[in-house]
Amino acid sequence: MSNKDTPAAPVQRAKTTGLHKGDIAPGVAKVDPIIIADGVRRTFGGLTAVDVDHIEIPRNAITALIGPNGAGKTTLFNLLTGFDKPDEGKWTFNGHALAGMGAHKVARLGQVRTFQLTKALGLLTVLENMKLGAKDQIGENIFRGMIPKLWRKQEAEIEARAEVLLKKFKLDAKSSDFAASLSGGQRKLLEMARALMSEPALVMLDEPMAGVNPALTESLLDHILDLKEEGMTVLFVEHDMHMVRHIADWVIVMAEGKVVAEGPPDQVMKNQAVIDAYLGSHQDVDLGIVTGRIEGELNTAAITMAAEVEELDSKIAKRKEPRK
Amino acid sequence: MDILQILSNTGSSLIAPATIGYALAALGLAMHFGFTGLLNMGMAAFMAIGAYGYAISILTFGFPWWGGMLVGVGGSLIFALILGIPTLRLRGDYLAIVTIAAAEVVRLLFLTTTFDKYTGSADGLSGYHASFRAFNPIPDGTYGFGPWVYNANGWWVRIFGIVILALAALILWTVMRSPWGRVIKGIREDEDAVRALGKNVFSYKLQSLMLGGVFGAMGGIIYALPASVNPGVYVTSLTFFVYTALLLGGAATIFGPIIGSVIFWGVQTLLSNLLPALVNIGVLPFMTTTQSQTVRFILVGVALMLLVIYRPQGILGNKKELTFVK
Repeated sequence: MSNKDTPAAPVQRAKTTGLHKGDIAPGVAKVDPIIIADGVRRTFGGLTAVDVDHIEIPRNAITALIGPNGAGKTTLFNLLTGFDKPDEGKWTFNGHALAGMGAHKVARLGQVRTFQLTKALGLLTVLENMKLGAKDQIGENIFRGMIPKLWRKQEAEIEARAEVLLKKFKLDAKSSDFAASLSGGQRKLLEMARALMSEPALVMLDEPMAGVNPALTESLLDHILDLKEEGMTVLFVEHDMHMVRHIADWVIVMAEGKVVAEGPPDQVMKNQAVIDAYLGSHQDVDLGIVTGRIEGELNTAAITMAAEVEELDSKIAKRKEPRK
Repeated sequence: MDILQILSNTGSSLIAPATIGYALAALGLAMHFGFTGLLNMGMAAFMAIGAYGYAISILTFGFPWWGGMLVGVGGSLIFALILGIPTLRLRGDYLAIVTIAAAEVVRLLFLTTTFDKYTGSADGLSGYHASFRAFNPIPDGTYGFGPWVYNANGWWVRIFGIVILALAALILWTVMRSPWGRVIKGIREDEDAVRALGKNVFSYKLQSLMLGGVFGAMGGIIYALPASVNPGVYVTSLTFFVYTALLLGGAATIFGPIIGSVIFWGVQTLLSNLLPALVNIGVLPFMTTTQSQTVRFILVGVALMLLVIYRPQGILGNKKELTFVK
């Protein structure tokens, strides 16, 4: 949190480099992988949602998982965290084989996730939400729970830790409110803070920025970068390419269930396979026609793109303003 | 119209064994539904298993009264396991369907003539009181004042029931304020979120089903303690009545189910005495006394609907904590 006071953008923090071994290609080996998955396949009827031959997630780095809608990103998330079972395949986390392991056991190993649709526990207070995140609680056994003497001390420690985190995420004023009373963005923050209560080794965030306003996005970005500084590994799914460029050390691109490319963000964005599969929706648009330098007819793709460019321009302008 | 008699009956119903039995079962449902979010529609089966377990082990196997109670409670634990292991992976509505079906299976098993020797089929069971009454520390005689005048056995059943009820409420209160209770409430809100935090949701739901089931079984035992075990009692509408009592008091509260049961039985008794009396003196000329008995059940249904629509948190519930309005 050192640069909280300065208006410095998250971009300026150093990226972690040198994560891979050998030539960059889909499924490249990492120097120090935290997750290694092999041949993970999940089909829904006739649809193959995920078909990943080999994937490695680098430790103590921020990895972004991008790809078009329906590429299987969230399904891969669900498989890796035990919320869904693959048809075949095996994967390890920190050296533990996870295939067939239930979601709660995966979480206990230190791999915690958030959800695309935020799951704040509405009728618990914010503080209770946080305390629920802590691992190995003595009082969570029904019999020991009946004897407060056994868990009071631990409870106080957990509460102290929760308060520190809540302060950091600027939710401390809300700690005794029901989580249901929080705004959408605050719930995202709460979900992330709650996940951190379990002191994880790997934090998996499913679209952490979806529906979050630009100012809050920046503080969320900071929080995610802090996680890396604190020694955690982050894997996130996101559609916001600015965010991916700004904070990701490594980008994995999925399309139609497969890993089509990976690499450091600046290189991946130039990759032809990525442009085709994801960024490439605009490739068939002649920019000259859009800008009016060349005469020609605008097709529908061009019209939508022009609208998007305008929108992006205004967003970029908005973000740059306060930094001056 | 004998108003005094009507009021006396109503007053007496407030601490009747049936009221205490309902309160225990409603506490069980508070555990299942109010705190864990399990839509258990088969509470009648837990009560039946408690009552039959108690009566059969005394009548057929010659157990002492406490042995019979242990059998009833043990039976409900086994039933919770059998019911829970395959069904707790189901979500809300499906769990309700399965539990309602399971409760019918249990009731029909007790009703069938195949096991007549043990269950008495349609006649039910009675005459198992000797052991419990032999333990009665209260000297013979009649005690009490106002509407609450009972003999030694009457008091023994009531005092025993109230002690068990107080114990159950105490247990529920202790576990729900512990971290265990926090996990349970979290499961009610969103079980996937709780799973993602490393809690074994299935195990917690099973524990909740078992604990609430034990309360239900004890409720069934207290209900049957003074008189007989009658298979006609453990029908699906029993579950709905217990739900009415629960929702009346507040689903996610400790004292709500108890107060709800007391009010439920108070109003039931009042209406069952008052309506026929009103018919007899000609105030309600459009119905007979028999019809008036049905009317009170219609009123229960209307009350349940009004309750859910206008005061879903019950009498004691926190307005913000509307557990079943999402």
